[in-house]
Amino acid sequence: MPYLSFTFIFLIAPVSYLVIGAFQSPDGRFTFDNMAGLANPQIAASYWLSIRLSFASALIGTVTGLLLAHALILGGMPVWIRRALTTFSGVASNFAGVPLAFAFIATLGRLGLVTVTMKDLLGINIYGMGFSLFSFWGLAITYLYFQMPLMLLVITPAIEGLKKEWREAAESLGASDSQYWRLVGAPVLAPSVLGCFLLLFANAFGTLATVIALTGSNFSVVPILLFQQIRGNVLYNPNLGYALALGMILIMSVSNFLYLFLRQRAERWQK
Amino acid sequence: MNRRFRIGPSLVTLAAILYFFVPLYAAFQFSLQMKRGELSLAAYGSVFQDGVFINALTFSILASAAAILFGALLVVPTAYWVRLRLPKLRPVVEFISLLPLIIPSVVLVFGQIRMFGSSSILPLTTSDWGTNLLLVIGYVVLSLPYMFRAVDNGMAAIDIATLTEAAESLGASRARIVFTIIFPNIRAAVVSGAFLTFSICLGEFAIASLLNRSAFGPYMVQLGQDRAYEPAALAIMSFALTWVLMGLMQAFANMKPGQGLFRLPFQKKSPRP
Repeated sequence: MPYLSFTFIFLIAPVSYLVIGAFQSPDGRFTFDNMAGLANPQIAASYWLSIRLSFASALIGTVTGLLLAHALILGGMPVWIRRALTTFSGVASNFAGVPLAFAFIATLGRLGLVTVTMKDLLGINIYGMGFSLFSFWGLAITYLYFQMPLMLLVITPAIEGLKKEWREAAESLGASDSQYWRLVGAPVLAPSVLGCFLLLFANAFGTLATVIALTGSNFSVVPILLFQQIRGNVLYNPNLGYALALGMILIMSVSNFLYLFLRQRAERWQK
Repeated sequence: MNRRFRIGPSLVTLAAILYFFVPLYAAFQFSLQMKRGELSLAAYGSVFQDGVFINALTFSILASAAAILFGALLVVPTAYWVRLRLPKLRPVVEFISLLPLIIPSVVLVFGQIRMFGSSSILPLTTSDWGTNLLLVIGYVVLSLPYMFRAVDNGMAAIDIATLTEAAESLGASRARIVFTIIFPNIRAAVVSGAFLTFSICLGEFAIASLLNRSAFGPYMVQLGQDRAYEPAALAIMSFALTWVLMGLMQAFANMKPGQGLFRLPFQKKSPRP
């Protein structure tokens, strides 16, 4: 079957090559040295930076996306606003990469519209206060442009699945708004929200083009380090590069599989 | 649900709209300021007059188109055969199609460069056409999750078993069934997957850059380092393009099987005599 041979040759085999290489010494013997090498300060720092950035961006994306979804679906917003924002989200969640970075440079860069306006009108120099678009929080704000729309899109079915009857039942038993959310809404939504958080985490973890366009290759998250390793063997050890790639695959797989697992659990309520 | 005006949700929605809108407005405004003291479209003109821009864009359009064609030829017969004859293989095929979501493109291209490098059995990266081929293959792999889902949804909407039986009883060969019966019936789904593939591959950076192709993604990054106003113009243009592509994708995804390709979804079919 052409499909199976194609994916085997060009997807599974190359990835397996890296995975096997991650457990080989340069002369081809089996070793755990490369995986242990991931603990070297440069690589560990890079993983830690990636994890923190992905965590922060996923957390902000989850919270804001959830708030927005709640406002649009349960907050009594006109239908056309909801429809417009959902359509926009479909576009924005695909608008990642280099152009997104450019738009944010024009917004929050040193000469960006928001930066300049804040300085001129309010006298607030955000760069003077230590903010930089080309740093951790600048990247987190930029990622939010595709994270929040993605959250809105993936969480909408779960929020729509909160049945009106549950709320009515809770209210007729005398529950307050906060009691309803605490005892009914939150427990039902929790698996979906956690799942979506993991999806956003993986989404941020794999982001490369946006970072390169914003920071050159100075901001060494894991994809950037791997990119440099492929370009110029900056780790001076090819097999260590394979281990770096394997680490990325592992983090991506764990978050994606947990996402799928949690989504299945959440679907129990949507029948 | 009561429809009275509520302050919290309204504020949240307004904040979100602002957050979405401001970067687009900022990029647009910035892109108009190339000439000192006046608003002009000079940045856009400067982008289009750059021969490198045209070359890079043409290259990426061709590579994406090749990936779409190759991807459709790979996925359509597979999805068909799995649905019709090999439902047991379905979980495997579907799982493989989802793998590119787990394996970052930078890892994928790393593996391919090592696998098909100069000292391997199939040294694709040593020649120019071989590297181009590898780029297209990389794009096919990247788009597998989307292409497979689009095509598979399209097949779910038609009765392929009956269509196949009818075609077989008239003596059609297997290839003929796939290309003249199944394909036309799911072309809206294929086109929908194609637009998504196109929007993913056109500005793709990691694979193109690591294979040293002068494609659109690496060109944009270079431009961002060299120029100030042109990148903003590019951001606006690519946002508009993404919007168009997503709109077309949606329109085609919602089409009914066999509906004409150039009939807009909201137009009613003219009554047949």
